[in-house]
Amino acid sequence: MSTERGRVWDGARRDRRERLERARAVAPERWVEAGRVTALLEAILRPGDRVCLEGDNQKQADALARALARADPARVHDLHLLASVLALPEHVELFERGIARRLDFSFSGPQGLRLAQLVAARRIEIGAIHTYLELYARYFVDLTPRVALVAALEADAEGNLYTGPNTEETPTLVEATAFKDGLVVAQVDRRVERVPRVDVPAGWVDFLTVAPTPSAIEPLFTRDPAMIGEIQILMAMMVVKGIYAEYGVRSLNHGIGFDSAAIELVLPTYAAELGLAGRICEHWAVNPHPTLIPAVESGFVRSVHAFGSELGMEAYVAARPDVFFTGRDGSLRSNRALAQTAGLYACDLFIGSTLQIDLAGNSSTATTSRITGFGGAPNMGSDARGRRHATEAWLRAGREGPPGPGAMPRGRKLVVQLLETFREHMEPAFVERLDAWTVAEKLGWALPPVMIYGDDVTHVVTEEGIANLLLCRTEEERADAIRGVAGYTPVGLSRSRRAVENLRDRGIVRRPADLGIDPRAATRDLLAARSVKDLVRWSGGLYDPPARFRRW
Amino acid sequence: MERLELELPSARSAAAGGAPVVVGVVASGNLEVLVERGGTPDRCRFEVSTSVHGFGAVWRAVLEDFAARRAVAGLAFSVNDAGATPAVVTLRLEQAAEEFLGAER
Repeated sequence: MSTERGRVWDGARRDRRERLERARAVAPERWVEAGRVTALLEAILRPGDRVCLEGDNQKQADALARALARADPARVHDLHLLASVLALPEHVELFERGIARRLDFSFSGPQGLRLAQLVAARRIEIGAIHTYLELYARYFVDLTPRVALVAALEADAEGNLYTGPNTEETPTLVEATAFKDGLVVAQVDRRVERVPRVDVPAGWVDFLTVAPTPSAIEPLFTRDPAMIGEIQILMAMMVVKGIYAEYGVRSLNHGIGFDSAAIELVLPTYAAELGLAGRICEHWAVNPHPTLIPAVESGFVRSVHAFGSELGMEAYVAARPDVFFTGRDGSLRSNRALAQTAGLYACDLFIGSTLQIDLAGNSSTATTSRITGFGGAPNMGSDARGRRHATEAWLRAGREGPPGPGAMPRGRKLVVQLLETFREHMEPAFVERLDAWTVAEKLGWALPPVMIYGDDVTHVVTEEGIANLLLCRTEEERADAIRGVAGYTPVGLSRSRRAVENLRDRGIVRRPADLGIDPRAATRDLLAARSVKDLVRWSGGLYDPPARFRRW
Repeated sequence: MERLELELPSARSAAAGGAPVVVGVVASGNLEVLVERGGTPDRCRFEVSTSVHGFGAVWRAVLEDFAARRAVAGLAFSVNDAGATPAVVTLRLEQAAEEFLGAER
């Protein structure tokens, strides 16, 4: 019938043309002077627009963020901001000035405190806090950006973008915007004759500007081996012997922290002595962080796909193309959406730390004074129920877990929480009730912000031992197993010694001694590198640490 | 500073003698442990001074476990703590006992 006669089917495309028309007065060319960028944004934005402002874990569209923060709130207001990471003061300023009102994001790191204050003052509406993959997914469903403001390293005259090693999510954001008649504005550090490789083709980009100062990148994932202590080394030994070796973990993702850095640094020593080279830790979804260098050099690591890059690792990565994914120009090609997918579907194990864990194994980094968000851990720290390819580690974890319906053989992702029983200032990491509940109540959220759900966690590792939650068959057993490794925290002290000894007999709780590990053997001598300088040496001088990590 | 003194039953330690031994350092999150002869033949003495307040019950639990696990009667431990976790405390006590008793052999 003809009920749809007269309906407009290309409204977004017409709207796009109108916006480009308005932009012409300000920016007759694709390339826009830095001083005209605010005027350009005022011309192409409408109140209430969904605007994706690129803020990745590393790369930030900081010049565009500053230009947007300077816009006239009478013209540009009530924007719906989409951002992976809310990292810059300018991001928060957008809400303080009324330019933006609503926010959908994934991680807020350094701005967590101000964000919580804005929420309390009702200056911001938070749609949801997502995991990375979940947020990208929504860009293609119900949060498609009208305008994307992105960052790259270089562009040629036509507008082909070169991101360098930190490609991260740029192609994903641009794709969602450009193919739904949105507008894409890119800032670059340099305009060049010819880009070394094309990370985003010119046809997907509408406007370009050279940033007044190069986009700043922080060495977020560099951990100085000098800061690793004996307790972390002890836990690393337990993980290597009690989990990686036992299950034969070949593909994995490591969270970022001193605990997991310790594991990386005992691979060439402790794991090699156990004869595990070539048997564990071959394929990684992880950023090329420096503490991985000794494991690469000693032959453990065969491949690495990365979410983003790490400062100082450029020359090292370029010299190891058999290990890292690199472009024809030699530099790393990272991609957060694809590395997250790799971590979710193709890795047998995720290991990470947390701030709090309860007796069901739920873990959270939320505190009442900060809204920090999730990032990627919930994606990689969860069982991929759509997975169908079998590996030794995955099958064994599946066999240990409770049987599925109809006794159907199933595999299971190994999800390990690695934490000391007490954090700094004697804050217990094990709690009866997560602070996440209080946060949700205070802010009126339907969901307490839980990083990893207890039913996804397979092992909890502390200095006291390993609790294997796969082998637990009741909630009580699970709680007893967690109390069994909770040490001298109030939760740990209230355990029944008899119940824990029973779990120990069944191999559900394993102490260092049960694994044949003497805690006194956990010394810094086991670290393949004990300083940043050692890492430089392992890399044959290719790793170029940022100034703050140079102590020589 | 909070101070704590405890005398706990333990199994008799190896031969007498030996010069006092110090392990660890007084640095944030760490502690210094001095061990020497002292206490009664069937008990071990602990003197703790710590920069962190309100954790007497945790100290007692850590030290009781240590005295039950290790034969340290006849020894005296002086602990100077700068906010170490129970894991680090246990490790330093073990190291101190090992070094002191080992040195006697």
